[in-house]
This record gives sequence, structure tokens and C-alpha cells, in this order.
Amino acid sequence: MIAFAIRRLVQALGVMLVVALISFLMFRFVGDPVNQLVGVDTSPEEREALRQALGLNDPVLVQFSRFIQKAVLLDFGISYQFKQPVAALIASRLPATLELSFVSALFALVVGVPMGVYTGLYRNTFLARSFLSISLIGVSLPTFLIGILLIFVVSVNLGWLPSFGRGETVRIGGFWSTGLLTKSGLQSLILPSITLGLFQMTLIMRLVRGEMLEVLRTDYIKFARARGLSRRAINFGHALKNTLVPVITITGLQLGSIIAFAIITETVFQWPGMGLLFLQAVQNVDIPIMAAYLLLIAFLFVAINFIVDLAYVAVDPRIRLGGAAS
Amino acid sequence: MSTVTFTRHLRARGRSAVLGAAATALLMGSTAQAETLRFAFQGTLNALDPYSLNETFTLGMLGNVYEGLTKRDKDLKIIPGLAESWETVDPLTWRFKLREGVKFANGNDFNADDVIFSAERIRAETSDLKTRIPADSTWTKIDDYTVEVKLTSPNPILHYEWDTWYILDKEWAEAEGAVTPVSARDTNPGPAAFKANGTGPFAIDSHEPGVKTIFKPNESWWGTPEHNLTEVVFTPIAADGTRVAALLAGDVDLVDPVPVQDIPRVNADPNTEALTGPELRVIHLGFNQFRDELPTSDVKGKNPFRDVNVRKAFYQAIDIEAIKARVMRDLATPVPLLIANELFAHSGDFQRLPFDPDAAKQLLADAGYPDGFTVAMDCPNDRYVNDEAICQAVVSMLARIGVTVNLNAQPKAQYFAKVLAPGGYDTDFYLLGWTPGSFDSWNVITNLAGCRDETGKGGPFNLGGYCSEEVDALAAKIVVENDPATRDQLIKEAYTIMTNEVSHIPMHQQSLVWGKRKNIDIVQRPDNQVLFYWANVN
Repeated sequence: MIAFAIRRLVQALGVMLVVALISFLMFRFVGDPVNQLVGVDTSPEEREALRQALGLNDPVLVQFSRFIQKAVLLDFGISYQFKQPVAALIASRLPATLELSFVSALFALVVGVPMGVYTGLYRNTFLARSFLSISLIGVSLPTFLIGILLIFVVSVNLGWLPSFGRGETVRIGGFWSTGLLTKSGLQSLILPSITLGLFQMTLIMRLVRGEMLEVLRTDYIKFARARGLSRRAINFGHALKNTLVPVITITGLQLGSIIAFAIITETVFQWPGMGLLFLQAVQNVDIPIMAAYLLLIAFLFVAINFIVDLAYVAVDPRIRLGGAAS
Repeated sequence: MSTVTFTRHLRARGRSAVLGAAATALLMGSTAQAETLRFAFQGTLNALDPYSLNETFTLGMLGNVYEGLTKRDKDLKIIPGLAESWETVDPLTWRFKLREGVKFANGNDFNADDVIFSAERIRAETSDLKTRIPADSTWTKIDDYTVEVKLTSPNPILHYEWDTWYILDKEWAEAEGAVTPVSARDTNPGPAAFKANGTGPFAIDSHEPGVKTIFKPNESWWGTPEHNLTEVVFTPIAADGTRVAALLAGDVDLVDPVPVQDIPRVNADPNTEALTGPELRVIHLGFNQFRDELPTSDVKGKNPFRDVNVRKAFYQAIDIEAIKARVMRDLATPVPLLIANELFAHSGDFQRLPFDPDAAKQLLADAGYPDGFTVAMDCPNDRYVNDEAICQAVVSMLARIGVTVNLNAQPKAQYFAKVLAPGGYDTDFYLLGWTPGSFDSWNVITNLAGCRDETGKGGPFNLGGYCSEEVDALAAKIVVENDPATRDQLIKEAYTIMTNEVSHIPMHQQSLVWGKRKNIDIVQRPDNQVLFYWANVN
């Protein structure tokens, strides 16, 4: 078990190194950061001096090894645009992204599971069919379009909810700013959470529906019916419970992608999280932010996969044995 | 103990909720007194050091907080700012009389020491605004409210850009450790980079770069406020759709810019309207005349753009009125020169070459290209109003005279990396916009048409490398000519040469489009600075 964990850990580090290297190679093509840093009157010589001072004239590998050496110590440099340490910038934007991601995941579960159960139990009713049709929208429409549509219908036409931003935030402790404790903060959370969570909700609903259909055909459900258990006990106590294992796995895995792909939702709603920070960094060629963000996301996925792998090993000895044999 | 802490927590939370509700009630109930202007712009406000970045938006926002020796009024005319008056004792000596009784937001007095300090600071190695003051000028304090400037050569436009050369408090800067400007290369600028202490009508209350900045009126400002605001909340909103939606939903009062295609939508709403006006920026096309052969062209062994007939043919092939009507939806002012009409007194004496495809074809034939040729065009797609669409229109218009243009439109970061000096001016045909920071022709002539070498020395934004010794000689005279009438004549001569030689193709001044709620009054200056001190909420 420990040997497996160590092997996995080494692989995980390798993956992160590769991600960092690939992102560094890409930075050559995102444009010239210096032009975003100075005004038009700045002379070519001064621009060149600045480029030299920022180390942009060094070969990619030199820049890369410099970045890695510092990143190991959790020092990601100073943002070109914001002139603040990148680690602190990301930390200050992290609460916004995490709150949005968790609320969206919650929304996806709380709405997705009951809809899945309903469509599984009553598949031929009108409501079940309309749920399925709606879920098609969730799967097929791109996130930014859903976001813009929601803004125009709910905020502009109906005037119910704020169209952008996070509302009032409250600081908890030294670093965490939350929008969950104010009215405007909660109101601001609704539209972006729906936008970000819609796809996951659809996924969960379809998953639960499929699993329910599967489980309802099994023998133990038939026996339960034969024993005269109440429908409620059968559907929720026995059937739903057995569908939830894959749902939990998927939700856990999807949480990583919710955080990573919050970029688009955050941009549409001007949500001051990490994703927006990253997108602005791309536009302004703010290489330190881009590098740190990509590494963070890589870490997120690697960590989730690592945990999942370990959990599988704990559950299924076959994987452990297979790993040892190879 | 933990129970106690917990109860305290609960109570604190309960109290903050009550306070929050009370604050909301207060805000709702007292809109008559509390006038908040909520403003959204596409870009962000980062460091607050006024010498770090020479860029219109940042300097405009800081212009609400800081002041220069001069100011510009609603029509961009130079008016006294922190200097009450000034005189040129002789062509090389200027004397500035400073305003008395002015205080910085922190309560310190403004005096000549602050001016001398700021003059040193803006010329420091790390400043991005070095060009505001001649490097070799000498600054002397005559008394507490008089400053004398000695120049080494006459400079009639010395104070033209001083409305954005903001005066800092010497004592404050020294106490904060902000004696040298925060430069682009600073690895750890410290907290002073995010503080501001000016003499202006507003002070910055809180600043979260990229998220939100709150301005409050500076109660001790020396002037008479022309606004009725009690607070300004600035939020960057990068996405066009979101910015317009925020205005329509009533979540913000003022947005800049509104995409031209959304203007009807903004005007259709009973509560909002678009505010449009010409901007000083002039969009132009340029030709590479530097290279002996164009890498992207099928013409080998020579550079077709070195032939004035070819340049003229391109000019006459472009239907600027069609671009104005269709691409720009009438929000553009075609111009005959590389400078905005309002910035040069004699611009009325110049006219655009007429749109005439037949004449253009003939010119191409005369130049030896009856069947046209191929060339690539570089164009940004997120820098100017409808930049890519303008380029596409140009491509199709040139196709009509037989020239095949391969368009390469890309985001500004990549575009500028390619076409400016660091990319080796790697472009054969390009679109660029230019606003002279000084609002003066000399800036245009030297930056866009000065003979340059490969590194850009001489004419850093003359991407095509146009070179005329006569224009260069005129520019050298213009910069030291003190008599306005003679100076204008010299400028006119330079423009005449550039026009005759078709150094560039001037296109149009694009328009500013702000969106605002109808109860907001604000002055829209053609330089696109958003100045709250002329804003009123009705």
C-alpha cells in the first residue's frame, strides 16, 4: 500500500512538472508582456531593458528551471500587472472560486438527484419527458451562452437578481472573504451557480436515472415488492441508496473540473475568483499568474486522482495485486 | 471557554446582520443625500503610483485623486491647476506661480518642495512618464510658491502633458518609502504602490486591484465641487455583454465602452442612453517601406510599397464612407491626416484622396502591377473599435483592384509582439491607432513618420519605416519653435509632404461610446478620461 502510494506520488510530481513545462512552452506564443506594462511613449531601449530585467530574454529552459526552483518554495513571483505576489493574489481570489464551486456542486446534487429519481420512476410522464428535454439544453448549450441568457432574462428583464459581481462580502479571519453571510452576496451567487452547475446537474440527473432504471429491474427490488414493502421504502431506502455510489464518485471527480472550468462562468459574471484572474492574465500576458494557476489546477486534478486511486486500492485489493505484479 | 467564544461569534454575526440590514435601509431611505456613482470599465486599475504606467485610463482615474500643475477643461483647453499662473521669462526659462492654501488628502501643505520632488521623481529611472519633463531641465525653488524651470532648448509644448503629471507630497512619499516610482520590473513594490495621497477632488477609500475601488470626495479640496457625489464605486467588467447587461439591469450607472452594435439596445431602454463623441485616436494603415523585399508578397526582388503610386492606389481603393456607414455604424469621423481634426488648427486645409477604384487600378498598372499582387496584413482584433472588421473591409476593397491581401488578425498581445520593435517590426501592411499624448502634431510626426533604424530609434511607432529627410528636418524645427503661427506652418509643411507621399493611409477617428443611466450627467472628453468631478446624479 505504501509502495503504491509512493509510486503514485512520484508519478503525480512528474505530471505536474510536465504541465508546468508545457505551459512554459506555450507562453512563448501568448504575446509580449512588456507592451502591456509600459505606456506608448516608452522608448524601445527601455522596453528592451525591462525585458532583460524580467528575464524574458533567457532561454525557455532557464526561465523554466528558475520558475521551478522558486515554485518548490511556494514562491510564484510577482504579477506583472498587479505588482503583488502571485501566491497572495491567488489566495485572495480562492474563496470566491471555492464558494461558487461548492454551491454549484450542491445545486447540481440537490436538484439533479430528485430529478433523476423522478424521471427513473415515472419515465413516461409529461414532467419526466420535459425534465429530459431541459437536461438536453444543459448538456448542449455552452456555459457562456447560458450565463448571458440568465443575465438577460433574470437580471435585465425581470430585475430580480444582480447581473455581475459578488455583492457585499464579509471577512472571516485574516484571509477568507465570504459572500454567504450577506443578502446581496447570496443573491449574487444564484445565477453563476446555476450557470456553472447546470451541466453537472444534467449529468447527475441522467446518471441517477440510468442507475435507477437498472436497479429497479434487479431481483432484490422484485423481492421487496413481493414482500409488500411500501413504495417509498423500496424507491428511496433500497433503490436510490444503491444508485448513489457512482453518483458520489462522479461528483467528487467533477468538483475538480467545476473549479478549473469556473473560468468562463467567472468571466461572464465578472466573478472575482481565480478563473477571472487567469483569463485577465492571459489577455495581459501576465506570465507569473498564468504559470501559477496552471500549476495549481494541475495539482488539483493530480490530488483528486491520487485520492481516488488510493480509495480504489483500499476498496479493491485486485488493483493492489495487479500493481505489484507489473 | 469554547462555548463562550461560540456565543460571542453568534452574537457578533447577529449584530453584523442587523447592521447590514440597517445599512441597506439607510441606503434605500437616503438616496437623496447619498449619491453613489457606480462605474464599470473594461480594464482594470492596478498599482496607484501615478508614474508607473503611461496609459489613458489609469491616469484618468488617478486624475480624480491627483492634480498636475496644469489641468485641462471640458474642451481640453489647458487651464491652471496647482500652478495658478506661469510665464516664459525667456525662451529657455519658465516660471510657475503655485496655488497657495492647497492641502494633500493627508493634511500636508502643498508647496514648491513637492513640485521639485515630483519633477525629480518622474524623471527617475523607473518612471514610465519620463517624457513629461525634458531630462536635462533644471528645477529651482524661488520661494515656497514659485518654481523656475531652466531648459537647454526652447520647448513651446513643455506643459502640454502636465495635466497628467501628478504632484506627490514629498513628506508622504518619504514616509511611505515611495521616493522612487514603482516600475514594471519591481519585484516587491510594497504597500505604497496601492495607496494614493493627492490634492484632487476625490480620495481613494479602498482599492482591491481588479475587483473594486471606492472613491470618496476629498472634503478639504481647494476647488469648488461641480459634482454632487458622495461615493464612486469602480468595478472592472471585462466581458462586453456583462457590462451592457449590468447597465441595463441598473447594477451600474456608467459603463465604458459600449460595443457599437449594442447602442440601439441601450438607447431603447427607458432608463439608459448611450453617450457618443469623437475620440482623439486616429486609425491608420501603414506600409512597410523599410524592407527591400516584402516577405509576404509574391513580388520578388523589390518592394512594391516603395512606389508612391502603389500606396496611392491602396488609398484610393478604400471606400472610407462605406467603412464609416457599415462597419462603424456612423460612429467614425474620416480624417485626412494622422491627427484628429480638433488637434490641428489647419486640418481643414487638407482633404482625403477621393475614393476611386478605377484610378487606383490605373495607378497600380502605372506602377507595373496591372494584375495586382499578394501581401499579408496584420491587424489587432481586440484593441480598437471593430478593428478586425475594418481590416476585413479593407481586404475586400483591395480585392476589387486586384490586390490579394491575406489577413492576419490576432489579439493585441500577440499583434503588438509581432509588429513592434521586439518582433523586428515584422509586418508588411498593418492597421494602427494613435493618440498623441501631448495632443500635439510633433508627437504624431516623430512617432509615426520619423525615420527609424531597425531598433525603432527615431520613430518607434513608424512600423513601416517611412522615411523623409524633409519631414525629419521640419520636426527638428517644430520642436523648438516658440511662435505658434510659424510652428503651425512648419507642421502644415510636414503634413503636406506626408500627404503627397502617402506615407500612411489615414482612416478615421473612432468614437467614444459610454453608456449611462439617464439620471447621470457627466462630461465626456475626447481623450476618454472618466472624470467624476464633473458627474452629477439627478
